[in-house]
Amino acid sequence: MIPELGHFAIIVALMVAIMQAFFSLAGAAIGNRAWMNVARPAAHAQFALVTLAFVCLGYAFLNNDFSVLNVASNSNSALPWFYRIAATWGSHEGSLLLWVLMLSGWMSAVAMFSRNVPTDMLARILGVMALVAVGFFLFMLLTSNPFDRLLPPAVDGRDLNPLLQDPGMVIHPPMLYMGYVGFSVVFAFAVAALLGGRLDSAWARWSRPWTTVAWAFLTIGIALGSWWAYYELGWGGWWFWDPVENASFMPWLTGTALMHSLAVTEKRGGFKSWTVLLAIVTFSLSLLGTFLVRSGVLTSVHAFATDPTRGVFILGFLIFVVGTSLALFAWRAPRVGLGGKFDAVSREAALLSNNILLMVAAASVLLGTLYPLFLDALGLGKISVGPPYFEAVFVPLMAPALFLMGIGPLARWKQASLPDLASRLKWAFAVALASAVLLPLTMGKWTPMIAFGLLLAVWILASSVVNLRERLMQLAANGGGHPLSYLKRLPRGYYGMLLAHSGVAVFIVGVTMVNGYETEKDVRMMPGNTVSIGGYVIRLDGFEDVDGPNYTGVRGVLTVSKNGREQTVMRPEKRFYTVQQMPMTEAAIDTGFTRDLYVSLGEAVDGGAWIVRVYHKPFVDWIWGGAFLMALGGFLAVSDRRYRMARAARRDVRDGEAVATA
Amino acid sequence: MARALIPLAVFALICVFLWIGLSLNPREVPSPLIGKPAPVFELPQLREGDAGASFRSSELKGQVWLLNVFASWCAPCLEEHPYLIDLARRDVVPVYGLNYKDGRQAALDWLGKHGDPYSGIAVDAQGRTGIEFGVYGVPETFVIDKAGIIRFKHIGPLNQRVLDEQVMPLVTSLQQ
Repeated sequence: MIPELGHFAIIVALMVAIMQAFFSLAGAAIGNRAWMNVARPAAHAQFALVTLAFVCLGYAFLNNDFSVLNVASNSNSALPWFYRIAATWGSHEGSLLLWVLMLSGWMSAVAMFSRNVPTDMLARILGVMALVAVGFFLFMLLTSNPFDRLLPPAVDGRDLNPLLQDPGMVIHPPMLYMGYVGFSVVFAFAVAALLGGRLDSAWARWSRPWTTVAWAFLTIGIALGSWWAYYELGWGGWWFWDPVENASFMPWLTGTALMHSLAVTEKRGGFKSWTVLLAIVTFSLSLLGTFLVRSGVLTSVHAFATDPTRGVFILGFLIFVVGTSLALFAWRAPRVGLGGKFDAVSREAALLSNNILLMVAAASVLLGTLYPLFLDALGLGKISVGPPYFEAVFVPLMAPALFLMGIGPLARWKQASLPDLASRLKWAFAVALASAVLLPLTMGKWTPMIAFGLLLAVWILASSVVNLRERLMQLAANGGGHPLSYLKRLPRGYYGMLLAHSGVAVFIVGVTMVNGYETEKDVRMMPGNTVSIGGYVIRLDGFEDVDGPNYTGVRGVLTVSKNGREQTVMRPEKRFYTVQQMPMTEAAIDTGFTRDLYVSLGEAVDGGAWIVRVYHKPFVDWIWGGAFLMALGGFLAVSDRRYRMARAARRDVRDGEAVATA
Repeated sequence: MARALIPLAVFALICVFLWIGLSLNPREVPSPLIGKPAPVFELPQLREGDAGASFRSSELKGQVWLLNVFASWCAPCLEEHPYLIDLARRDVVPVYGLNYKDGRQAALDWLGKHGDPYSGIAVDAQGRTGIEFGVYGVPETFVIDKAGIIRFKHIGPLNQRVLDEQVMPLVTSLQQ
């Protein structure tokens, strides 16, 4: 009964979405206010219905209702309850339900927080989002119904993929989808603006916070995914340029470009058609990502559920959504007009260059991801494009972008002077250069790549400090008093920017140090044997048997000591998930601020010995720490009073108008 | 107007490929030799000490074995080398080498430096046997069953993923 209720809720939600799309778009076209006013309550209704469906599915999982196919395929009575909940979105069908839950949630949020947006604009925005939702509801109901029954019911379920039985996996997909789907808001804003012919700075101001929030969630989602791969796959790597990872990374790159382009559109009125294009492209890449993951056109470690018929549907949907919006863009954009002029040396120019670099980077990732498919389609053979391609292309593109990150925020709008910038930034550059030369020496190994990475990281940090100092000095010069007393007066948006940029620097430090100083050893160990790595001595004490709820396994016990003093005990496991018949490596990680020790069990060899892999990874956690700082910067920027003030101010104006016309 | 159409055109092109891609199976095996008997060859041994003056592939019938095409000049070979060493140490399946278009001394030095995982190494100085196997890049690895049939081919360096997900399950099932 409960699953049928969920199924029914989705069908009703589809009806509501169709109504919402029709009435709000048609209403906006013919100027019928009553029709336009359908949008807001319909959005809330959709959210409520999808939430109901989601709760129903969660209930079925929690109560081991194996008469539901989805539950029988992805859960098991021995699965702990929190993984049973996570299994709700661990399957293809469930993750789609999560997708629409997020979409309707964002829709509802737009309906709630956009009271200052004119009615026709809001109607168009919600109409466009409803169209997207219609596609996904249909997709679910026609090809991937999460509530399909299994008759007769299974005695027990086939269990959740062991790779997904992990705390990181519980929160990774919701975060990632929050970001993916969040870009649908900016997309809807852009399409609505194209439809209504309103591409002004107000449009950019409304779009900005939504973009930033979606971007911040996506950042966290990607970072969690990378962290998960790091400790769960047992290979010690943190990024594999896997098609599915790329699928989430591409919208991140264009989303980053979009955030910066929106700033120019809002403040200077420039880059309008570019910004619109970025908004469309970013969401298109989110959809493309969904297509790639769910259709099975590319092989990947992440491809858990693939089915070509679903691929046909998503491709059709992709063509409809992206094709129509790009056609709309081609039709309307030439009439948008250009923004203010700016010099080759100016903040606009710096931001535009960064934008282009990010776009080219995204395009090269797209090319690398789809290249095997292209060759295959043309009958030119099967190849796979690996990390060497991505690293060779990506690093040279990102290096200038990161260098510009130091300059952009200090350059003046419209026209800046190169000698002036050089003299303001000379100390920052000197500090960066000195660190690049000296820091690697203290670590005992100097290579050009390490030095270059540190140069960029310190450059970004130092120029941020210069930026902050200049802002404070200027305020003090105008208003008197001590510069530091103005710390509180600077807007949160500004601090958000500084924090996010520092996050990038921290991230670079992590990547540079890991790539430069990581050591790994692959040794055959018997109990009592030791291996030394990175100044630590690791002794294998022995093995113990593990008996988990839905797996059995072996656990190694290793004592780590440094300079003869015992530091910690690490317990890597080799598990065997009995239902799925799948072995899993659970690495043991000793996390530290400046290094991780990573131990994973390889294979058992004869005589009671095991192949043990030990890694010493300096600063590896800075990679995810940096990503977290970036996301935090995004959230901080969104909490800026400016957005709330603008809203309040406009409400006053509107009330004033109402009074005047009364 | 024309410029604004570019994104649409690019997208249309991508969609064409995605459409074709849907009808293809990315896991499909790429070589026409799969399922066919491996070319029989007799080549000189690389190592002096190995039994017999020449390496006869016909002598390997009755066991499952891997043929790894390698060369000292091949950088990606070094990348996959640790996996081969690991494979040899675990002794689950014999790995035979085909030293492709290489110098004898260079190959011996390379193996001396990086370790020698091979149960036997055939010297294919002219690359003729390589052609018969359809080798078009080094390294390549073939799985050959007891009857001498090629069951699997991997182009490019081996990695843990390929070994764990494709090679080892196949080898284990063939050995039974």
